[in-house]
Amino acid sequence: MTYMAKSPWIIHYDASSCNGCDIEVLACLTPMYDVERFGIINTGNPKHADIFVITGSVNEQNKEIVKNLYDQIPRPNVVVAVGICACSGGVFRECYNVSGGIDKVIPVDVYVPGCACRPESIIDGIVTALGILEKKRTKMVLDADKKEHRHAGLHPEHIKQTGGAQ
Amino acid sequence: MINIVWAIVFVLVAPLIGGLIAGIDRKITAHMQGRVGPSIFQPFWDVGKLFEKENAVVNETQIFYAICYVVFMAFTGAIFFAGGNLLLVIFALTLAQIFLVLGAYAANSPYSYVGAERELLQIMAYEPMVILAAVGLYVATKSFNVSDIAATTVPVILLVPGIFLGFIYVLTIKLRKSPFDISTSHHAHQEIVKGVTTEFSGPSLAWIEITHWYETVLLLGFVFLFFAFSPLLGIAAVIIVYLLEILIDNTNARVKWQLAVKSSWLIALVVGVVNLAALYFLNGGVS
Amino acid sequence: MQLTQLLIFLILFPLIAAFFLLIAKKDLERDWIVRLSALVIGVASVYLLITTFDKGAVLISFIPAAEAGVVMFGLEMLIAVFILYLGITYKKWHVVALILVQSALMLYFELFYAHGVHVESNLFIDEFSNIMAMIIGIIGSLICVYSLGYMKFFHESHKEMPDKRPWFFAVLFLFLSAMFGLVFSNNLLWVYFFWEVTTLCSFLLIGYTKTPEATNNAFSALWMNLLGGIAFTVAILWLAIYGGGVMGLSDLLTTGKAIALIPAALIGFAGLTKAAQLPFSSWLVGAMVAPTPVSALLHSSTMVKAGVYIIVRFAPIFQSTFTGYLIAMIGALTFLIASGIAISQSNAKRVLAYSTIANLGLIVACAGIGTYEAVWAAILLIVFHAISKSLLFLATGTVEHRIKSREIDDMNGLIVRTPKIAAMMVIGIAGMFLAPFGMLISKWAAIQAFIDAPFGFLFVIILAFGSAMTVFFWTKWMGKILSVTSDSKNIEGEVDKSEWTALTALAGLSFITTLVFPLISVKLVDPFLLATTGHATSFTLDNIIIMMLMLFLIVLLPLSIMIPHRKHRHVSPYMGGRTTTQDLRFSGSLGVQKKTVLSSYYLHPYFGEAKLRPVGIWLCSALIVIMLLATVAKGVIL
Repeated sequence: MTYMAKSPWIIHYDASSCNGCDIEVLACLTPMYDVERFGIINTGNPKHADIFVITGSVNEQNKEIVKNLYDQIPRPNVVVAVGICACSGGVFRECYNVSGGIDKVIPVDVYVPGCACRPESIIDGIVTALGILEKKRTKMVLDADKKEHRHAGLHPEHIKQTGGAQ
Repeated sequence: MINIVWAIVFVLVAPLIGGLIAGIDRKITAHMQGRVGPSIFQPFWDVGKLFEKENAVVNETQIFYAICYVVFMAFTGAIFFAGGNLLLVIFALTLAQIFLVLGAYAANSPYSYVGAERELLQIMAYEPMVILAAVGLYVATKSFNVSDIAATTVPVILLVPGIFLGFIYVLTIKLRKSPFDISTSHHAHQEIVKGVTTEFSGPSLAWIEITHWYETVLLLGFVFLFFAFSPLLGIAAVIIVYLLEILIDNTNARVKWQLAVKSSWLIALVVGVVNLAALYFLNGGVS
Repeated sequence: MQLTQLLIFLILFPLIAAFFLLIAKKDLERDWIVRLSALVIGVASVYLLITTFDKGAVLISFIPAAEAGVVMFGLEMLIAVFILYLGITYKKWHVVALILVQSALMLYFELFYAHGVHVESNLFIDEFSNIMAMIIGIIGSLICVYSLGYMKFFHESHKEMPDKRPWFFAVLFLFLSAMFGLVFSNNLLWVYFFWEVTTLCSFLLIGYTKTPEATNNAFSALWMNLLGGIAFTVAILWLAIYGGGVMGLSDLLTTGKAIALIPAALIGFAGLTKAAQLPFSSWLVGAMVAPTPVSALLHSSTMVKAGVYIIVRFAPIFQSTFTGYLIAMIGALTFLIASGIAISQSNAKRVLAYSTIANLGLIVACAGIGTYEAVWAAILLIVFHAISKSLLFLATGTVEHRIKSREIDDMNGLIVRTPKIAAMMVIGIAGMFLAPFGMLISKWAAIQAFIDAPFGFLFVIILAFGSAMTVFFWTKWMGKILSVTSDSKNIEGEVDKSEWTALTALAGLSFITTLVFPLISVKLVDPFLLATTGHATSFTLDNIIIMMLMLFLIVLLPLSIMIPHRKHRHVSPYMGGRTTTQDLRFSGSLGVQKKTVLSSYYLHPYFGEAKLRPVGIWLCSALIVIMLLATVAKGVIL
């Protein structure tokens, strides 16, 4: 059991969106949908965030920025691409100045299609992301344990063997 | 006299109480805004999550400053609840806050830098009033020791009402509530991102959060002192004051730092002179 | 060694050192003389303390008293002629006028009244003198040692300045001699003589670089201190004419306020000028053009302390009088306004100067109130301020040589660029305003003292506001130093051994004095207070334990950085998502590389010198006039 799912803080970034999906994201924070009851806070600061909510597609100007923000978010983190532009480039996919969806730059965990996607879909996407977040956290802890055992000169296989032998 | 048991109780129990108060704060705020809001245990889940995150830093010294912040804040509260000297508590509190400011400076990033400067402006704004509050309590009860003030039968609030009101005014600043959340805000975005806490993450941020809980309990204890002669009245006062703060928070927009500093200083000067002068002359020219 | 001989030794030995320094032409000779003399002076001061700390006040009769008096008068006239000559040469007519008036008054006294004045004991030693002697002997000597390294670097990088180091060091030691004389003298005439010598030394040292600015500032310091000197001579004359010829400090303090108040007010005025209180603050700020050791020795830790020293001596007279109250108010207002102005200063030495003026104001406020609690606070303030401020000045001087600038905004990231010196600076700044260090303890005691004084609440309010301002400008500076600019190069290089000795010794002293302040209080300050005011203070054991705990934590926690731990993932600072280097260089629009410059808040429109200083000058001038008039009026009525 981790606390990850109980307190997911998001950072919302508009890559090159028309703001349609952005408005829907912000609508989730209003009393009508009120995602704060799930503990979700929209922090504007990547270092405080767990979920990277991106709208809009990637182009030459925001490639570096998206990467930079993703780097600054402490692990474990998940990326939710909101809107079809973030998923694949949307209707602008063939444009000369659009590289494509967010997954051209950073690994995306949840795709929420739509143009603009409804708040219900966005919330659904976030909830899916929470499950992935928990899995990542568990994996992170296991990896850290493995590293410690490796430093101590033990291999996980050895442990299994001795455990099994008894 | 110093009561070490109370000090230990504070260090262990205050985060629980402070966190609960923070959670209730969010719930009431949500209802004021027509929402449902999170569970009252949400702050604990937030801190729990933060401890599970990786500590990504700009440089290693930040972690040190965050730890110093919580250690000295706990120490300050411990002195207070153990019945120590009120002025020493105020000075130790300043020391603790300096560590947060230094931590923000250490990151050498624009937002935390501006946040640090504005945090200093905040400190400069409320420091006179806090010292005068302690002085007011001394003049009313003839002692700086929290143990004496807590045990007094003198109706302190009737002797220093002006100072109490001034203290409530700067309490808004200390609790980082709008309109005086100049350097970092809990709920909202800031003009300067997260101000002082911008470059902290994971466990460091969790410690800062816990320190805020310690501070809240300490400040509410200070409010209680004005009503210590009647504990029930004191608890009622604490609850009413905190509800008032939540109300003020939700009904005011953030002001410019000039207004925050000028108004705090003006109020401190006026209530300080008027209240203390009145007491001075009432006591026949002897303090 | 007999006490008399020890005192004479401390006064005369620096003179001998000064003479040899004047004739030593080689650097190596000078190094040896300074180091040896500093060691001897330091050891002698400590020896003095150890042998006399529990003896209370000891009065000493100096046998060839009349001859010494004549010599002093002769020297005074010589100094007057010298100043007259310089004043005429540089066309500073106000200086000429003042020195003429002062000399005329002293001549008048010497001719008509000197024979009627007889002081039984010309020298004395008590706990307070001992504390001052320690400051002069230890901190003063350390600064002289520091000057070796500093002046060497100074002249290497300023080849155009005439190298008058033999003369520079000679004056430094002459000054130490005069300071010892000042704090050991019981005869007010002797105090006056040594007082004037310190004025002269300050004048000579400020003008060392002989630039037009330095010369002007030197004369500025001179005329203000001469004004104080005139007040001193008037006090002496008054005592001779109306005071029954009482000229011994110890006698004067026991005759009571009827006779002592007017001289106390006049000498207090002299103290105000020497301690650069408003309206006489500009000379100290202007004196910052002098080389840093001068600023450290004269203008923060020692000479200006002579000003407050004499006011604290008269504290029992000032207590519960309108005069004392007004003097205290002048000090308090100086504290408030100087702290405010310090916020708006970006030059490190100017910040230190205004902070010095502010803290001296606080000491004056305590001395003017004069109760035993206030005097306790005043003496402790003197001790802790001397240590921390000199440490800060010396560290600033060393840093200045490396970064070629005195601006605080250029000191960003000093903890990376000059780690060891930065650490010293941080200790110095922390010592100025943070719990549990000494200055904080003294400020705490001052609050307590003010509350219990008549109309004390006014002082407490002023102290509360001033204290808030000090937190602002000190932390601002400290934050800049502690910024970790990971890309910066370490430019510390080799710190000259003499500079390093002084810096580490002073840093160590900061901690040690904070640790042993209860001892200082019980063994030195309390007996002094008991003897002069009839009361002694008590600092509860609980508070002492808590402060020791805090000190322990503050020392222990930084060491925790050294514990080996897994390195954390480093990320860049947040710049709105823009990729940025650690020294905040980022690509702006159109791919242009931009650099971020972070500058502090100086709040000029609110705390600027131009705004606050006139207020202070007018207020304090008015208060001084009222103080002098009221004292005289009361004296006449009595």
